[in-house]
Amino acid sequence: MMTIPADWQVDIGLEIHAQLKTASKIFSGASTQFGQPPNSQASVIDLGMPGVLPAVNGAVFKKAVQFGLGVGGQINRESRFDRKNYFYPDLPKGYQITQMDQPIVIGGSVTIALPDGSTKPIALTRAHLEEDAGKSIHDWKPNHTGVDLNRAGTPLLEIVSEPQLKSPEEAVAYARVIHQLLTYLEICDGNMAEGSLRFDANISVRKINDAKLGVRSEIKNLNSFRFLDQAINFEISRQVEMLTAGQPLSQDTRLFDPEKLETRPMRSKETATDYRYFPEPDLLPVVLSEHYIDEIKRNLPELPQARTNRYHSTLALPLADAQRLAQDRRLADFFDETVAKTQNPKVTANWIKGDLLARLNEAALTIADSPVSSDQLAELITMVDQDTISGKIAKDVFGALWEGKTTSAAAYVRDHQLEQVSDLSALEPIIESLLTDHPKQASDLKAGKDKLMGFFVGKVMQATQGTANPKQVNDLIRAKIDRS
Amino acid sequence: MTHPFSTLIQLQTQLRERSISATELTQFYLDRIAQLNPMLNCYITVDNERALDQARAADQQLAQGSAAPLTGIPISQKDIFCIEDQITTAGSKMLANFRPPYTATSASQLEQAGAITLGKTNMDEFAMGSSNETSYYGPAKNPWDLLRIPGGSSGGSAAAVAAGLCAASTGTDTGGSIRQPAAMCGLTGLKPTYGRISRWGMIAFASSLDQAGPMTHTAEDAALMLEHMAGYDPKDATSLDEPVPEYSQNLNQPMAGLKIGVCRQFFSEGLEGAVEQSIREALKTFEHLGATLIDIDLPHTPLSVSAYYVIAPAECSANLSRFDGIRFGHRCDDPTDLQDLYQRSRGEGFGNEVKKRILVGTFALSAGYYDAFYRKAQQVRRLIKNDFVEAFDHVDLIVGPTAPSPAFQLGEKLDNPVDMYLQDIFTISANLAGLPAMSIPAGQVRGLPVGLQLIGNYLQEGTLLRAGHQFQQATDWHQLAPEIE
Repeated sequence: MMTIPADWQVDIGLEIHAQLKTASKIFSGASTQFGQPPNSQASVIDLGMPGVLPAVNGAVFKKAVQFGLGVGGQINRESRFDRKNYFYPDLPKGYQITQMDQPIVIGGSVTIALPDGSTKPIALTRAHLEEDAGKSIHDWKPNHTGVDLNRAGTPLLEIVSEPQLKSPEEAVAYARVIHQLLTYLEICDGNMAEGSLRFDANISVRKINDAKLGVRSEIKNLNSFRFLDQAINFEISRQVEMLTAGQPLSQDTRLFDPEKLETRPMRSKETATDYRYFPEPDLLPVVLSEHYIDEIKRNLPELPQARTNRYHSTLALPLADAQRLAQDRRLADFFDETVAKTQNPKVTANWIKGDLLARLNEAALTIADSPVSSDQLAELITMVDQDTISGKIAKDVFGALWEGKTTSAAAYVRDHQLEQVSDLSALEPIIESLLTDHPKQASDLKAGKDKLMGFFVGKVMQATQGTANPKQVNDLIRAKIDRS
Repeated sequence: MTHPFSTLIQLQTQLRERSISATELTQFYLDRIAQLNPMLNCYITVDNERALDQARAADQQLAQGSAAPLTGIPISQKDIFCIEDQITTAGSKMLANFRPPYTATSASQLEQAGAITLGKTNMDEFAMGSSNETSYYGPAKNPWDLLRIPGGSSGGSAAAVAAGLCAASTGTDTGGSIRQPAAMCGLTGLKPTYGRISRWGMIAFASSLDQAGPMTHTAEDAALMLEHMAGYDPKDATSLDEPVPEYSQNLNQPMAGLKIGVCRQFFSEGLEGAVEQSIREALKTFEHLGATLIDIDLPHTPLSVSAYYVIAPAECSANLSRFDGIRFGHRCDDPTDLQDLYQRSRGEGFGNEVKKRILVGTFALSAGYYDAFYRKAQQVRRLIKNDFVEAFDHVDLIVGPTAPSPAFQLGEKLDNPVDMYLQDIFTISANLAGLPAMSIPAGQVRGLPVGLQLIGNYLQEGTLLRAGHQFQQATDWHQLAPEIE
């Protein structure tokens, strides 16, 4: 947790590059699959060969519109591609195709939660489509730089925030919300280790009373929440120290060194001062119809915030449980499917965030790979609700489902005769002999030592191997004691 | 024996009648190339083996009766069209050894239709020039006068067709690069509507202006070529998804009732008197054919050269960034670092005209100058386009000279770039507006061909070809051939 030096305030804006989850690249048919041998997924288009032309992969528009609607932004009915010119070996054409003047999404906002429990809206400037560059590999062999163009042409959505983030914590919270939204919409796999989501942070500091933003630095290519946090922390300290020492800051572009935990300026060769943007003449303007946008809107999944609210307000789950379940779209879908059958949100939530998540975490599985389906879980929960089995037996049955010993809770219970014993004639002799065998406890219970009820119920459950209905046992014991 | 200046239509008949074989015909042209190309320099690459392979296959098809429309007809391709595994230089040292792993859509369509590719023709470097003198491979010569330029940038194509070193050729036209050399060499050259022919595999100069087209002896031949070059291509987002008419079928529709606009601005200062006379004569011919002449104004066309020399260099400055010495093309020896690699590879690989335009374009797009140059030029472009749109409410065609003068001498304008750029003064506006335009032979001045330009409305190539064909039925300028044996 960072303490921002007294008298200073911080302004942070993030540019988030999200790789869109498409099978092929934005302007070519080459695969976007990660981790393939260098340059095995670079087509003549990705290589920027003479005479080749880009042809847009229409899937990217839908994903960008989904995001735009998800943040409540304005979808540009006509957007346009531009060329951003600079020379670098991993930029094959010598320009990047991006959207400058007419991005596909303008505005919008997301809400972040602050440590004190309050929330804060963060405004987005825009989100636009562009192509990713390749990778320069500097540690390939001494005095050589390798170029891998597999990544060149991977579709990116660049999401730009206003400089409204006031601390590293807010920046990270914002990044997490965007990450969640992207994965929720399933437009980005969110895999930061593979570079699917990368952050550029624009950071400046100013005195508390200054109205004008300070001189900013841009830290490029941060690929984890931790690095984002560390880089911003370092940068704030660096800028405050410089200014406190009376040294002026210059606007610069920096890289974060995660080993030394510091930022350093990029070589000027890796940046350009003038990108000479102009409209991309090889591509037509992107025109989206109302119908197209409406169709996407209609099929938009319920988003995390709305889902949390519904779980909390309508289904009366505690806020923490609601947030936990809504956090992951597949988990929330699983919950909704299960509740639809059990009609018991609270118990269902407890099962999912308890036994199911514990097992999944232990096995390092996601909900998509859960061996227990929502149907199976719902059947199990319903059997408990209907007093067919006890909660204790239910845990065993869940274990059997998880381990694949059975595919149906009902069948398993039947085969192993785990139904609750509700037959009084079977229970009464057991209770009577227990009361006789433990006369001291029986008289204490009668005298008002209620906690001894647990002792007797436990004994009955033991004797019936858990198949008795504890509530019924409780009632029977009470009746016997009262009558004795 | 075959006449070296035969039209496609004539050759088509001879091949079908089997009075000549595709192999004989191909060998005939290859022999002429071997004999005359050292003098004319209109080919950069000739691939005898590949051409003869294609010819043998064509002969089989002709024998089996499975011939396509162009089967067995030897043509050439401007060296800006990529052909798989064939060296494709774009007239530049930069690409002296470049063998693309793909074929331009238009070239592949012509081969699909049976055409035999004899080789790749000379051109101004990256199509930047009006005289073929910026070619790294030396200028092609005008067959009508070997001391004169054949026009540019598709000068090699024009010279090759005019000298009978192929039956037809292809060109690209960014500001007049098909029409002006066609005019200089006495040919029919058609630049179709922007987007009519796919640009895939055609090395880009200025993407929003570049358009491929045929260069032939007659309008009838141009119609046949266009039928097989045109069409929608999903690989080119700017190509038009419109059906390709059977241009050849409508050539004989009479001219009666056709309204021809005569644009005052195309008869301006700089137009040589004798050329104007030829054009005025041609206009009379059109009147005799039943067309009505209507005086029109295109008030913004005088601004076209200025707008063009901002937009085209701006686009080329980005299009040519990929030639960086990293993945293909010329790379300097022993670069000391990345900057050195870029500077020397590009410095050595590009010629002066290309460098000049890259510099101009880079400047025009720079922060602080963009509004004054690039944006302003785009505004002018819109005004020029609007002029045409309005004019085509009243007329079917607009007619004028293709170039201000006949072919000039080699070296004559090399030290005067503005004079050179003014070569394209009448042709550029059609590129800026994206309209189809054609040059046909319409006279001679001092024994040199004069070109008449016809500009049509969007996708009205059929009207252009019909007017050209009708004119050629009434005149014989297109039948004149240079003496070069």
